[in-house]
This record gives sequence, C-alpha cells and structure tokens, in this order.
Amino acid sequence: MSSILNIKNVNKNFGKISVLNDININIDKGDFLVLVGPSGCGKSTLLNCIAGLEKINSGDIFIDNKNMSDIAPKDRDIAMVFQSYALYPTMTVEKNITFGMKVRGLSDEIQQKKLIEVSRQLQIETLLKRKPGQLSGGQRQRVAMGRALVRNPKLFLFDEPLSNLDAKLRVEMRTEIKRLHYDLGASMVYVTHDQIEAMTLATKIVVMKNGFIQQIGTPEEIYNHPANIFVADFMGSPAMNLIHAQTKKEKDNYKINIKLANGEVASLTEKRKLKLPKDIIIGIRPENITENGSKNKQNAQVITSNVDIVEPAGSDTYVVTKLGETEVTARFHSETKVKIGSKIDFLLDLEKASYFNPSSGKRI
Amino acid sequence: MINSVGKNQLNKIILRIFLYLILSVFVIYYLLPLFVMITTSLKSLEEIRTGSLIALPRNITFEAWGTAWSTACTGIRCEGLKPFFWNSIFIAIPAVIISTLIGAINGYVIAQWRFKGANIIFALMLFGCFIPFQVILLPMARVLGLIDLAGSISGLIFVHVIYGIGFTTLFFRNYYVSIPVELVKAAKIDGATFLRIFWSIFLPLSLPITVVTVIWQFTQIWNDFLFGVSFSEAGTQPITVALNNIVNSTTGVKEYNVDMAAAIIAAMPTLLVYIFAGKYFIRGLTAGSVKG
Amino acid sequence: MSSWFEKHLPKIVLAPSFIAIILFVYGFIAWTAWVSFTKSRLMPKYDIVGFIQYDRLFDSPRWDVAINNLFIFGFLFILISMFLGLIIAIFLDQKIRIEGALRTIYLYPMALSLIVTGTAWKWMLNPGLGLEAVIKNLGFNNFTFDWLINPDFAIYTVVIAGVWQASGFVMALFLAGLRSVDQEIIKAAQVDGVPTVKIYTAIIIPSMTPVFLSAFIVLAHLAIKSFDLVIALTGGGPGYATDLPATYMYTMAFSRGDIGQAASSAIIMMIVVFSVVVPYLYSELRNKNDQ
Repeated sequence: MSSILNIKNVNKNFGKISVLNDININIDKGDFLVLVGPSGCGKSTLLNCIAGLEKINSGDIFIDNKNMSDIAPKDRDIAMVFQSYALYPTMTVEKNITFGMKVRGLSDEIQQKKLIEVSRQLQIETLLKRKPGQLSGGQRQRVAMGRALVRNPKLFLFDEPLSNLDAKLRVEMRTEIKRLHYDLGASMVYVTHDQIEAMTLATKIVVMKNGFIQQIGTPEEIYNHPANIFVADFMGSPAMNLIHAQTKKEKDNYKINIKLANGEVASLTEKRKLKLPKDIIIGIRPENITENGSKNKQNAQVITSNVDIVEPAGSDTYVVTKLGETEVTARFHSETKVKIGSKIDFLLDLEKASYFNPSSGKRI
Repeated sequence: MINSVGKNQLNKIILRIFLYLILSVFVIYYLLPLFVMITTSLKSLEEIRTGSLIALPRNITFEAWGTAWSTACTGIRCEGLKPFFWNSIFIAIPAVIISTLIGAINGYVIAQWRFKGANIIFALMLFGCFIPFQVILLPMARVLGLIDLAGSISGLIFVHVIYGIGFTTLFFRNYYVSIPVELVKAAKIDGATFLRIFWSIFLPLSLPITVVTVIWQFTQIWNDFLFGVSFSEAGTQPITVALNNIVNSTTGVKEYNVDMAAAIIAAMPTLLVYIFAGKYFIRGLTAGSVKG
Repeated sequence: MSSWFEKHLPKIVLAPSFIAIILFVYGFIAWTAWVSFTKSRLMPKYDIVGFIQYDRLFDSPRWDVAINNLFIFGFLFILISMFLGLIIAIFLDQKIRIEGALRTIYLYPMALSLIVTGTAWKWMLNPGLGLEAVIKNLGFNNFTFDWLINPDFAIYTVVIAGVWQASGFVMALFLAGLRSVDQEIIKAAQVDGVPTVKIYTAIIIPSMTPVFLSAFIVLAHLAIKSFDLVIALTGGGPGYATDLPATYMYTMAFSRGDIGQAASSAIIMMIVVFSVVVPYLYSELRNKNDQ
C-alpha cells in the first residue's frame, strides 16, 4: 500500500500558544483516519493545516508523496466538508455542487455528468433547484458531501460534519459515510470529538490532547490497549473504570489488592506474565465486570461489594459500586435483578484489564 | 369582587386613552413643521400676511413652487433651484456608487481576509468617521486647488467619497463579519480566487447591507451643507446651499411661500427614500447584526 | 509571481483606502494642527511660533460666546432629546396598534437636511407671522415669542429645532433597546407581581446603559458638529449671539480669511469630539476583540 497522507514533524502555534506539537501521522490509500479528542486539542487545526487553510510553522505535509507544505489549498487535490456545511447561500444546490468545477474551467457536459452522478449517489436529485435556506439539516449535509464528491479528490477532509445534526440523523449519516468510504475506496481524514463516531468509522484513529498525539492505532488497539489513562478514559462509553490498587509479588503471579467501601481489602490474582510496580491503576471496561456466573472466563475473579446505583439501559443494566475509592460501573444483563444497597458478587475479567502507572499515567 | 374588576377595567381604558392622547400630541409636534411648510407653500403672499400660520390655504396656488423651481434668486442668479437640484443629483449618484463599492470590498477584506494590521486599519477608518470636518476643511480646500478640482462637481464627488469610505466600510465589515469563515475556506478549496469569492459568493449576499449603505450615503451626501458651501462655486453648488441662499437672500420682498416650496423640493428626495425604503434600512441594519 | 499577487491581493485592495485615510484624515489633521501653531492669516505660514492662535482664540469674546453656546446647546439638546426619546419609546412599547405608522412619523425629521429643518423652524418661529401670531389670534394679545431675534434666547431656538430633528432617532434607539431586554426576566417580574412602572424603572431601564451611552455619543457628536442648523435658522445671529465653534471656524476660514484662527478653533473642536468619542470607541473595539 502506498502512502496517501504523510505528516512529518509538524508544529503550529498561534503567537505564543503552541497548538500542534511534533505531529507525525502516515496513512495509506483507502484509509479512514479519524482525529479525535476533546475541544481545543488541535484536531481541527491539524485538519486545516492538511487543507492548507492554516500555515504550519515547521515540518512537512505530503499528499500522495508530494510535499504540499507551501501549496495553496486549491492545488492540493483535496475536498473538505465543514461542520457548518458552508454552502454558498445564494446559489442553488446545483450551483453549489458545480461551482468548484466551473471555477476550474471544466466543460458544461462534464459538470452536468458529474452532477447527475453525484446527486443520484446521494439521493438529492429532487433538491437541485433549491437554495440552502430551503433545505433541512440532513439535506444540507448531503449537499456538502456532494460538493466534495464531484471533485473526486485524492483526499477527503471532514471537519465534524455530523455534529449539527440531531441524534437519529447523525447515526444515519454515519452509516452513509461509512458506505461511501467503502464504495469509493477513497482516503479520508475525519475530525470529531465523538468517540463513538471515531470507533465506528475509522480504520485508524489518532487520539489528541493539548496539541500532542496520545495514541495512533486501529479502533481495536485504541479500545483494548489504550496507551495511557487519558485515552482509556476518553474512548468508550460508559468510560473505562480506573481503579487504584496495590500489588504484591508472589512467585508466579501478582496479588492485586483493592480497597472496598467498608474498609476491607479484596485480593485478585493476575496470572499473565507481567511486571507491575507496587502502586497501579487498573483499567477495566464495564463489559468486563459482570454478574457472577455469567460466563466462563479464563481469568475471571470475584469481588463482593455493595450496589450503590442501578441504571437500566434497555439491553443492559449498569450497576455502580465503589472499589478502590472510585465509582466503578459494571455491565449486567438486563434480566439480572439487582437491588440497591444489597451486597453481591462482581466478576472481573482480568484478561482484558489494562494497568497504568499512577504517576505517569502511562500503560504498563 | 365584580366591582373591583370593573373598576380595574375602567382604569385600564382611561390609561389607554391617556396613552394615545400623549402619542397624538407628539404626532402633532413632529408633523406640524411639515404641515406648515406644505400649507404655506400653497398660499399666496397676501394670504400669508393676513391669515394664520396653521390655517389651511383658502386658495391653493402652485405659483410659489414654480418660482422656487425655476426663477427664485440665489444671490445674483435667478434660475430657481432647478440647476442646483441637478448638481446634487450629479454629485450624489457617483459618490454613492463609488463609496459603496469601495466600502464593500474593504469590508470583505477586513472581515474575511484578516491579516496583521487589518484591525488597526479598521480602527483608523472608524475614528476617521467621527472627526469634525472643520479640521480638514482648510487643507482640503488647498488640495482641491492643487489637483485642479476646486469648485467643481468632481471635487465634491471626490470629497464625499473620501469621507464616506469610513462609514461604508464599517457597514459592510459588520455585515460580512457575521458570515462564517468556512464559506471562504470552502471556496478556496473549490479553487476560487480572492476576487472570484467576492464576486460570486459575497456580492450576491449583500443586498440588505447595500440598501442600508446606499440609503445612508445618499442621505448624507444629499443633505450635506458644509462641504457644499466650502468647496463649490456659483455654478456647482448643491441644493442645500442654494436653498439657504434663497431663504437668506436679502434683496426684494421676503417670499415665505417660495422659501417653503424650495425647502420641500430640497427635502423631497431623501424624504421619499425614507418613506419608501426606510423599512429596508431598518431590516438591513438588523440582518447583519450590525449592533455588534 | 501570480501566486504572490493572489496572496497579497487583500492588502493591495485595501491599500488605496488606507492611504486615502492616512492622507486625507490624519495628514490633514496634522496640517491643521501645524498651522494652528503658526502666525497664518490670509495665507498659511509654516514656521511654528507657539500658542499665539490659541491665546487669540481664548481672548476673543466671539469664541467665548461660541463655547458658551456649545455648552448650553449641547446640554439642553442632549438632555431633552434623550428624555423625549425615552418617554416616547416607553409609550410606544405598550402594544400600540399603529406603532409602525407612528414610528415613521416620529422618525422622518432624521431624513431631512438640517438646512430644511432650519428653514422650516425659522418660519414657524417668525415673530410677526409664526407661532406668536397664532397664539395672539387665540386672544392672548400680550403674548410674545421673539426668541429668534432676541440675542439672549436665540440659542434656545436652535435647541428646539435640533430636538425636533434628533429626538425621533433617539426614540428608535431606545425602542430597540427596550425590545432587546430578555423577555423572560420581564415575565418573571410580572409573575412576581411587580407593577409595570416598577418593571421599567428597576429592571428595563437600568439594563439599557449601553443604549444610553450610544445615544449620548451620537447626540454629543451631532451637537459639536452642528453647523447647518445654525446657519439656516439664525445665521449665527442676531450679531454673533448663536455662534457655535463650527460656525466660528467657518467664518474665520472663509469670510474673515483668518486661517490661524480657523485652524486653532478646528483643533479645539476635534479635541472636544475625541474626548467624548475615543473612550467610547476604544471600549467598543476592545469588547469586540474579547468576544
């Protein structure tokens, strides 16, 4: 596979404030890269830098192996879909879609051919004569995508394209974008603050915070092997449980001691070949804490604790208890009846647990 | 209980009547001068001298209007307001068009293509809107002489354009600043240039604010007196200067009806603009959230 | 080359206006300021001699009258316009059915030239045939209203005409201000049983400080620049009883040929305007940048 976008040692600052620090990313043709992180992490700035709408202070950006660092946006062979859609308000849908081709001097026949092709693909044929003001949010979104699609660029850029839609439409459009990616085999860079969007769409995720890359990986890697506490906490909903614990080395394995709410200490055994320090933070996702007897797991161990809150959520029930002085969420089957205040057994699947260094936050 | 409700109702009605009464008094206050101007202009001098200021004309005559338009004396010349009316038209129309166009492109640059120092330039322009023009009268008179525009219509157009740029830029800048920057970004990626984006995307959006700017500039320039009286000569004076000359000419009998007819003629264009386009002015002002 | 041109086009486009403003506003101010420190009379001279012109200015009884008039006119014009504007705005805010028509009537004087306004009021205030005669005809034979030709009162006629012209505009500003107050706060007060008058005095009007400030700035600016109105209404007379700094400057520049006096009076006017406007604009620009 050949590289379509290669970002090398990119730095960017606004005055004295540094917004991107030594960014290095490389993706292949056909990849769907998602930049995700909380607001202000620099993900949108990075996208604008890729588009050429912001100048970078140092480093290089290659698109299809061509150094684009000083090239104007129009010559980068990219297309972009904006959060606010940025449709030209006085032009009809048709003119919005063909404007880029017209500016570039393509013949009318080609323009019409592409317009028909794309409007069919996005099912907006009936809207072509309307103006953006007469469209619903979802329709505007489609037109914005159409404007990008007709260009048939090397790289598609999406800047939080779904965040102005209501929840139901957002899920629909998410599927649509995924289908488009599959159908076109196109390369895409997609910015979002929504970790579910990131997980569902990406072939590769970059998690960012304060202008630094926290982790790059496939959705599975990010989800199952978060590089640090920030990534662990940010990706996944409900968030990964982060429990303070002490370890004690025994001959083949580690004893992991977790403080319970009543002051007693529960002890678990980590059988994997690991090297753990004395103080650790255990990261364990809610689906890996279940009711006793639910499944046969290799490394499952029981802790008995008080039920503080029960949150039924349709297919699952989230049960909250207190371990290691933090609230811990467990995911039970909805059929399991649990009473608030009762003492029950929780089954922890340590095979799926991650361990973090409490002082550095890094994965062990 | 029923009684007190009835009493409340009565109080409310009395209050309403009082309210409308006061508002009517203000209507009279604002309309009286216009009423007096119109009625006086339709009276003969004889009737003015014998009748009451606020009485309706007994015999309507348009004689004063004819005099004001074509034979009234402004100083030595006695050609009425007609030539000066046209002077004002020839000054106002080019000056309005040029200053509006300049304001539009300036506003576009300042609001959407921010570069270092753009804000300082904008601030300098803004402060320029508020200077008392007395402070530039003397040097401008000399410069107009130097570039051979002294006393000419072109000179007045030039002056109105220069000192109109501040306001026209302000209007367009405040309107364009409310347009999301993504629009320019999207157009840049589409491959459009600076001028193409202005022409194809921003100009078509600008009708409301153009209406505001044109009305503002036209009113300012038509009603201007200071520049007119300072920088024109006998043949190039705008209508406001001519009106003042008619009213204050000391030769012959004082013809109040002619004065009033002349005043109405001078007021007519801006008054018509206000009556027919005033609502677009207000609408345009609020459309661009000019309030800031 | 062409990409360099495209990149710098925004600056190139703005440049002519920028140069024009620098030259014709700031350059000219500098020129006037310079000349105000010279001995210029009929022709400008350029060797600076100090504050001679300003000494002459402040020794001149005519300038004294002009400054006095500016204070009287400015104070009354601003105060009465604001008061009338606020009252009318509040009355208009009471769900008046014909509000649109009334607003048009209250606001139209703003569209007129001050020369027209001056001409109209000059006729209305004509002592022989104007309002005085109307009142006399009603039977008040001893009524006199000759402010226009009375040196002690003529300046008040300028106030009357000025207020007539500008108060409708102030009304429009206040009305917009009243309407922009958060309706939920007003509803909350109504639910709490606060009487209407109290809602206005305790909630709405205090929240309109920025509108008061804007109105004040606009009116003060109009007052200091007032020139046309005086010329049309009184011609500065009787004598120079209604001179304002603006008319003083004009007389010195174009009738008396005293460039030094014209320049120094213009500079004083500018200082007065800027001492009112600059702090306001500065805070406005700062607020905008903070957003």
